[in-house]
Amino acid sequence: MKASDRDLRGMKDDEFVDILEERRCSSDLGHAFRTFNPQPYKGGPPCSAADLNKALLDSHFLHRVVKEVAMETGSSQEKVMEEAGEILVEMSHNLHLPFIRLMGYTFSKVIKRLFTSIFVNMDGLNTLQQAVQENPVILMPNHRSYVDFLIISYILFTYDIPVPVIAAGVPLAEMKIVGEILRRSGAFFIRRSIGSDKLYWAVLSEYVRGIVRHGFAPVEFYVEGLRSRTLKSLTPKLGMMQMVLEPYFKGEVFDITLVPISISYDRVLEESLLARELLGVPKPKESTAGLLKASRVLQEDYGSMQVNFGQPLSVRKLCEGKINRSYYNLVPRDLPMKPSAEALACVSWLAHVVVGLQERGSLISPWSLMACLLIQEPTTVLAEQGLLWDDLTEKTLWLRKMVLDFGARLNWPGEAPNSAVMSSAISLHRSIVYLKAGRVYLTQEEVPLRRHRISPEEGVFRTAVPVLMLAAYRNQSLHALVRPAMLAMSICITRSTQRDELFRFFCFLQEVFANEFIFIPGNLSQDFEEACLCLNSCGAVYISEQEVRVSEQSSEVITFLQKLLQPFIDSYQLIFRCVCEEEQVQVFTEKQFLAAVRALALKLILSGELHTYETLSSDTQKNVLSALCRLEAVAKLRT
Amino acid sequence: CVICGNAWRHEVMKWNGWGYSDSRFLFNKKGQAEFTGKRYKLSGMILPALKDWFEGTFGASLQHKSPATPLLNTSAVQAPTLNQDFVEELKSIGVPFSHEAEDRAFRGHGHCLHEIFALREGKIGRVPDMVVWPNCHNDVEKIVALACKHNVCLIPYGGGTSVSSALECPPEETRSIVSLDTSQMNRILWIDEKNLTAHVEAGIIGQDLERLLNESGYCTGHEPDSMEFSSLGGWVSTRASGMKKNIYGNIEDLVVHIKMVTPQGVIEKSCQGPRMSTGPDIHHFILGSEGTLGVVTEVTMKIRPVPEYQKYGSVVFPNFEQGVACLREVAKQRCAPASIRLMDNEQFMFGHALKPQVSSIFTSFLDGLKKFYITKFKGFDPSRLCVATLLFEGNREKVLQHEKQVYDIAAKFGGLAAGEDNGQRGYMLTFVIAYLRDLGMDYYVIAESFETSVPWDRVLDVCRNVKARVVRECKDKGVQFSPLSSCRVTQTYDAGACVYFYFAFNYRGLSDPVHVYEQVEHAAREEILANGGSLSHHHGVGKLRKEWMRETVSEVGVGMLQSVKDYVDPKNIFGNRNLL
Repeated sequence: MKASDRDLRGMKDDEFVDILEERRCSSDLGHAFRTFNPQPYKGGPPCSAADLNKALLDSHFLHRVVKEVAMETGSSQEKVMEEAGEILVEMSHNLHLPFIRLMGYTFSKVIKRLFTSIFVNMDGLNTLQQAVQENPVILMPNHRSYVDFLIISYILFTYDIPVPVIAAGVPLAEMKIVGEILRRSGAFFIRRSIGSDKLYWAVLSEYVRGIVRHGFAPVEFYVEGLRSRTLKSLTPKLGMMQMVLEPYFKGEVFDITLVPISISYDRVLEESLLARELLGVPKPKESTAGLLKASRVLQEDYGSMQVNFGQPLSVRKLCEGKINRSYYNLVPRDLPMKPSAEALACVSWLAHVVVGLQERGSLISPWSLMACLLIQEPTTVLAEQGLLWDDLTEKTLWLRKMVLDFGARLNWPGEAPNSAVMSSAISLHRSIVYLKAGRVYLTQEEVPLRRHRISPEEGVFRTAVPVLMLAAYRNQSLHALVRPAMLAMSICITRSTQRDELFRFFCFLQEVFANEFIFIPGNLSQDFEEACLCLNSCGAVYISEQEVRVSEQSSEVITFLQKLLQPFIDSYQLIFRCVCEEEQVQVFTEKQFLAAVRALALKLILSGELHTYETLSSDTQKNVLSALCRLEAVAKLRT
Repeated sequence: CVICGNAWRHEVMKWNGWGYSDSRFLFNKKGQAEFTGKRYKLSGMILPALKDWFEGTFGASLQHKSPATPLLNTSAVQAPTLNQDFVEELKSIGVPFSHEAEDRAFRGHGHCLHEIFALREGKIGRVPDMVVWPNCHNDVEKIVALACKHNVCLIPYGGGTSVSSALECPPEETRSIVSLDTSQMNRILWIDEKNLTAHVEAGIIGQDLERLLNESGYCTGHEPDSMEFSSLGGWVSTRASGMKKNIYGNIEDLVVHIKMVTPQGVIEKSCQGPRMSTGPDIHHFILGSEGTLGVVTEVTMKIRPVPEYQKYGSVVFPNFEQGVACLREVAKQRCAPASIRLMDNEQFMFGHALKPQVSSIFTSFLDGLKKFYITKFKGFDPSRLCVATLLFEGNREKVLQHEKQVYDIAAKFGGLAAGEDNGQRGYMLTFVIAYLRDLGMDYYVIAESFETSVPWDRVLDVCRNVKARVVRECKDKGVQFSPLSSCRVTQTYDAGACVYFYFAFNYRGLSDPVHVYEQVEHAAREEILANGGSLSHHHGVGKLRKEWMRETVSEVGVGMLQSVKDYVDPKNIFGNRNLL
């Protein structure tokens, strides 16, 4: 490959290898039975799942908590201990190599059917292989699809790296057979709502700390907590992160290595399910039967998947000067203790840093760039007149250059002509758009024959499904664009060239949208600086010490970026309006409120006053509510 | 005393390294290591495995030498700043003194790496301007009075084995600095057999004290690793700890009465009651005062009859964790032998490298068998196993009983008895290990040790994290070859243990090795403190660890100590600037 091609693909010098290539030309059975011979962990001997459980049940920490709980609830210590044992049975993994092999075999079969290729960066794997020998390793992938769940284990197994134990939700454990297979493949299970169940917290936290302390198997968990239904990063959850880091804070391990992993998909298996969920159709409960039914999805093509293992991060280095570890010096090791405010802030910061790195490590697909452009067209136009294919391709290439200028990583196949790349993206996503006579149209579900008419509201929802899918794919590029977009927005609104003034507005936007886009706390000026440099790199602005001045040929860039943020601005404004209108009410339930939002949004979409369908997304609505709480405009009352 | 009471002991001791001039390690023409002299069990022996260990561990080579300046260049020593009035009056009271360059340079340093490294390079910093040798308590009183009168800075000097920069002259000191060498105050004044105490002048050196008491059938049992050279007064003013503290106690447990001359006069108690409730114990202002308040002149110490029987022993554990668990259990059952020490795997390997040439084929065969039994039959991993050395003392019957008790506990933690020889060699090495640093320094390897005390539940964490920190810091600071980073648990207490760390690295390619070493040591100390270890177990604070005093004893604590200093020595006559 020529250097210039490489630049265009945006994959830089990383060597991405398609791991399916070998699977297609050698036996899956052979792969499953390969000699698995990872380098041993230097910090100590291996420790079986049973050893781990025993150490937990014998731990002073647990005994202290059991005593406390027994005292508080009035039941006997034996009984509470028994309960703890039951919690552990429900929770604990039972990692068995034979099951990894079985899983590997099945997985090979399935993914070959689903994906044309799975690209993995080999240098990332190599550094990981070194890292797992030195310190406890925490694998932190983003979570975009159920497929994420075992792919890491599968890759590590293939490349002789110890397979991880993986934090999963209890519903998965409850699936017949599958739950057990997952458990033996290294999954451990956490209840969704733990609340103030002291005993459960104790078992869980000590269990996680135990795994980290032993260090011989990496821990894998989703710092976002959930699968992102919008393909956009979620605000990191801190509970698990804190448990994982505590052994370092307490000096029980020398260091902990965090490995951000970015998984990106050309096409996500659950795309339409997710869009429907966002529109209020409840998510089907995880069940084995459901999984079998879903086998329909196996018939379709999902393009390629990219797994990018990030550079290992040393928690010790990152925490330098942020954490005073001697905080724990004057209390017994195993005393249940609240972490210091300093530690909590550090945990949150680290979690955000990791999410930020996941974003930066993600590869942007051609389709995502196209989605950015398509979603800026009025929906009615897209549905009825369609968009000129040539316009779309030209603008996509323009956008490609811009995001490369912004330093984003792209997954643009270098071998094929650009037009072929783009048309194959369209055909891969025919559930969202289709190409007809040189124009691109929004795909809409056919109206079932037996129904003659659909109401206008139903019509909106039918259109909303592909639009929200489109929005989700646009979101795959957002991390690369959001900072310059916020600056562009600041420029348009303030009409100022003064850095200070722009920065103030930039900060305001960040604060409002902090639940929508992930920013690292305390990183405002760097974010602003980055935004300036981005816009400068594509020639949209000139920057000097005091000023950020728009250039003559900037309007295309600025308009594009402004339109990129517009749906969010519109949605937030509409929901704010709802809050203001509810002012007389003073107290409202979330349910009532969201119903009111939905009704108003529907009305305005139908009347043509609201141009975005994203206001209908429950994710947007939740984010706005969280933002309002955070900004103390509304307060949550507990009843 | 033949050697150490001599005012001119630099004639038998190295001026730029550890210990006696006639005893040193060297690689002979065949490239084999040997230990010269006749003083030690190891003296005159060949150590065939040392070269390979040395080259393999440090990436050092016998081809690359970094020899020391052989002779002290007296012209490098600054001319003394003398306070003429003080000198005149000193003459009139008849106390011997000197302002010879050798005498002054010899007393201007302890044995920190940076001090020895500078001396080897022939660099001499600020040193005392003169040395005085008082002969008794009264002499000291006169000298201190004169120093106060003429505003002269006094720095007490005992055995010169400090490893805390305590003997370094503060460069900012403008007054004349006088080193008060207590070596002539080396008599046992009386032995009280009814109370089992001895009244001793504080300048006596450890090995002399022990030998003289032995002649009367007694001992103090206080055996710090430096006992060949360190003095009683030094022990008191640094809160020293001895190897056999489990039986005899640390210095604070051993002293019954202390006499110290301060600028405000003499401080002492009026009686020798074994315990008193008379407010805070004034001994504890003296113990650990590091020469900042006055000169300890006479001490009454507990003595014990010489034990009738001594037995060494050793236990091999499959790993360090098990070893620590065993020591903890021994401490819990309060059945620690006179000494119990646990070396980690690196030190175990090091110990092996110091095995002298075996004299008979039979011993080597036995060694082979032992090794086979432990690694193959018992399945110990040679890269993880570690060894504890033991010393039992008392009457024969009790020792044997005690021994069994300890070995039974060890067995519960997978420990296998590994013979008396290994144990004895372990303790013998204690005395020669300091000589090894000089050998390393001849070949671009610098080394240092430091210690801490830590609660039991943090012992493993401190050991692991500090060792790893040393390795990482060396790497970050550009040290080419991975350092030796090793530790051992040397003392057990009810609530914790004393841990000793060693680190050494090859400094070829570094432009300022001492600075790198200092940064690493600093980082290691930060790591110790962050993991709940203390600033020092027995080396003291000196000037090397002063910066951490505030966080160690709190703001009020520092103020308390400062107010004592302000009262006792308002003119800062004892101006070595240690501790605060």
